[in-house]
Amino acid sequence: MSTNGYSNWAVDMADVGAIYPFQGSEVLMVIVGVAFWIGWHRIQFVREREHLEKARHTGDEEKVKAQLERY
Amino acid sequence: MDGNLNALTTVFTEFYYWVTVVFMFLIHVGFCMYEVGASRARNHMHTLMKNIMIIPLVTVTFFFFGWWIYWAFPNFPFWGGLDTESGAANLPWADTMGPNAGDRITGVFWAAFLLFSWTAASIVSGSVIERIRSSALWVHAVLIGSVWWIIDAAWGWHYGGWMVRELGYHDAYASGVIHAIAGGYALGVIMVLGPRLGKFAKDGTPRDIPPHNPWLLTIGIFLIYTGFWGFYAACNVPVISPEGIDGQITGVTWTATNIYLAPTTLSGITFNFLMSLSGGLMAAYVISKGDAFWTFSGGLAGIITASAGNDLYHPIQAMIIGAVGVVIVYKLHYWMERKFKLDDAVGAVAVHGYAGFVGLVISGFVLWGVPSSPYEGYAAINPVGQFIGAIIMFFVLGFVPGWAVAKMQAAAGVLRIPEEVELQGLDYAEHHAYEDAKAAIIAADKEELANRGVAAK
Repeated sequence: MSTNGYSNWAVDMADVGAIYPFQGSEVLMVIVGVAFWIGWHRIQFVREREHLEKARHTGDEEKVKAQLERY
Repeated sequence: MDGNLNALTTVFTEFYYWVTVVFMFLIHVGFCMYEVGASRARNHMHTLMKNIMIIPLVTVTFFFFGWWIYWAFPNFPFWGGLDTESGAANLPWADTMGPNAGDRITGVFWAAFLLFSWTAASIVSGSVIERIRSSALWVHAVLIGSVWWIIDAAWGWHYGGWMVRELGYHDAYASGVIHAIAGGYALGVIMVLGPRLGKFAKDGTPRDIPPHNPWLLTIGIFLIYTGFWGFYAACNVPVISPEGIDGQITGVTWTATNIYLAPTTLSGITFNFLMSLSGGLMAAYVISKGDAFWTFSGGLAGIITASAGNDLYHPIQAMIIGAVGVVIVYKLHYWMERKFKLDDAVGAVAVHGYAGFVGLVISGFVLWGVPSSPYEGYAAINPVGQFIGAIIMFFVLGFVPGWAVAKMQAAAGVLRIPEEVELQGLDYAEHHAYEDAKAAIIAADKEELANRGVAAK
């Protein structure tokens, strides 16, 4: 029993194809991967909106001027 | 060389490893930039010198005895004696340890392993900046770079190593044999060394000591990524025939292999390097709430977590494993910092040590039952073997020697710099020499200019 279908390497390499684990689950893996990617965007959108909302009320005029001078 | 095909393969392999060595030099450049960027201005030159001198010290000791250990220790001391026959060709006085038209591989193979040694030592160097004595660090560098890591490589990163044979230990791109051991060693040292002055408030709350130069730090870690890619290639045998392996593989089709001579592909590890880097970056960005330091380091931690099995994982598995590892590592770093008052200045214990440990454990489950070797009689990869392997790497060969040697150094009063020097900065004397020299040469130039003016009149 092996997760990649090979329990030993007594094989002719000319006959060997994929060697990654859980072959046959590629579509499921893609669904999980896409969910991770979309989820990342969702989290990032929400976080950035909250951050910018908070940031717009925290600017001190003198400090902002100093930032402008700093270039 | 028997025939032109054999000659071509040998010269190709020689050149292949040579190229990986050049790429891997960038890891050390990256570590230097990262450490200097993370240190404060008053410690720059000492921080840089501390890391640069790792290069010659580890190189010469790896030539004298480190390389021999790799070939002589695969079963020593628990499963047999020293393999003096294999070791003989790798002793510093062997004729294969120099230009030899009958041997074109030893030098480049030695160099590839040597660059791994620098990396192991450099990982420790980063965590102890701004308060360790260079003399103390350089002893640790030799021990981790030319003794402890190469013993673990003989045991768990060698086609005949006892950990591979008995435990089914699998660590294709060194989650454990480089990163877990170096992180564990660094943890042992910083536990004895203590935090930098001011790192913790009186109530024990940790203070952030932000990097002096975030741009240098950024370029540094990007160079480490680049060198790490070369490291991945260096961990493979680029092309070998079944009879060259002399294992169970049948037929006549040549293949690339991992360090255990089991089949993999350069194409596959390229997928996985980039996908685990991406998974690590994405997870680190989220978990650290966009902190640049952690996001960049998270990319590295993602690769390190997936490295044990990146010769075989599917790319999406590599991405998810990299991401999961980073979340664990990030949480563990801050928990350890608060609990034990640790000052891991560049997050090396976390990014290398914890990520390497976690990566080994995860790979035991994902690769359960996969053959660890092309040779008969070897245990298959399994969770228990990988967990025991992680303990051996992180604690037995990493933490314990680092802690013990640091304790001896502390007892002898040669581990930590005096508080006064820590406050004024390690570069204090050099800064004054620099200012004095600058003032002197400016005064001399002004005098010369004035004299010419007088002469012209």
